Amino acid sequence: MRIGEIQKLLNARLLCGEHLLDEEIHTVCGSDLMSDVLAFANGQMLITGLINPQVIRTAEMMDIRCIVFGRDKMPDAGMIELARDRDMVLMSSKMSMFDSCGILYQHGLRGEE
Amino acid sequence: MPDAIRMRFDVDGDDFAGAGVASSEVKRALKKLGMPPDLVKRTAICMYEGEINMVIHANGGVAMAAIRPDRVEIELCDRGPGIADVELAMQEGYSTASEQARNLGFGAGMGLPNMKRYADEMTIDSRPGEGTTVRMVIRAR
Ligand SMILES: Nc1ncnc2c1ncn2[C@@H]1O[C@H](COP(=O)(O)OP(=O)(O)OP(=O)(O)O)[C@@H](O)[C@H]1O
Ligand SMILES: [Mg+2]
Repeated sequence: MRIGEIQKLLNARLLCGEHLLDEEIHTVCGSDLMSDVLAFANGQMLITGLINPQVIRTAEMMDIRCIVFGRDKMPDAGMIELARDRDMVLMSSKMSMFDSCGILYQHGLRGEE
Repeated sequence: MPDAIRMRFDVDGDDFAGAGVASSEVKRALKKLGMPPDLVKRTAICMYEGEINMVIHANGGVAMAAIRPDRVEIELCDRGPGIADVELAMQEGYSTASEQARNLGFGAGMGLPNMKRYADEMTIDSRPGEGTTVRMVIRAR
């Protein structure tokens, strides 16, 4: 699924990475626990309620290209800058993690293969 | 031909926001050198977990990487409290992380097992009260 389509489904606000909306995502990881993301995720995208610079760093290490922050959480300017520099998409959605994951699953996205 | 490209970083124990810079630099260097993607990712994960550990458990330290054609060697050295029982620390779920570290998304006790899983070799030298040195080798597969 295209990142742009994910943005629409989650009714999310795009914070950076507008040039990457045509990139395809197949696997998603939903977690507030960075150790968990580092241990298990083969995902290309992360949905999280956690806000701090290590979320961007963790994504960088895992080659995750797209992060959605749930419940309208907003990263600060430094996090957005870091994500932009690492060529990532950041979005913020009003939805809870449960609802975001449910909607994306329903539309064919999966967790780990 | 030089036997290795060496990188060295001081990891600041008081700067949680800056944790991961060393791992990020090494990852970018490996990518630039055209090392296999799988090696790059495994190195990044191992080094990042170790770097975070140095920040949240040991008040910082020194991170070093030696990049060779077929492998990356990582050494993470700190003068923190040390690990009294390494075997216990290696168990999945064991953690002494502070409330603060947990609030930041760490402290599940998965870092060391994760490093062990992704690295081809890993040794921990630790003395309580003196510090910890973690060495890892990640080979191209
Ligand atoms: N450099 C270190 N200095 C002192 N103690 C350490 C160090 N690294 C690890 N430890 C000890 O080993 C335990 C297990 O480490 P591990 O990385 O597996 O888990 P964690 O850091 O607590 O949580 P996570 O890695 O999941 O965020 C730590 O909680 C800590 O007690
Ligand atoms: Mg850890």
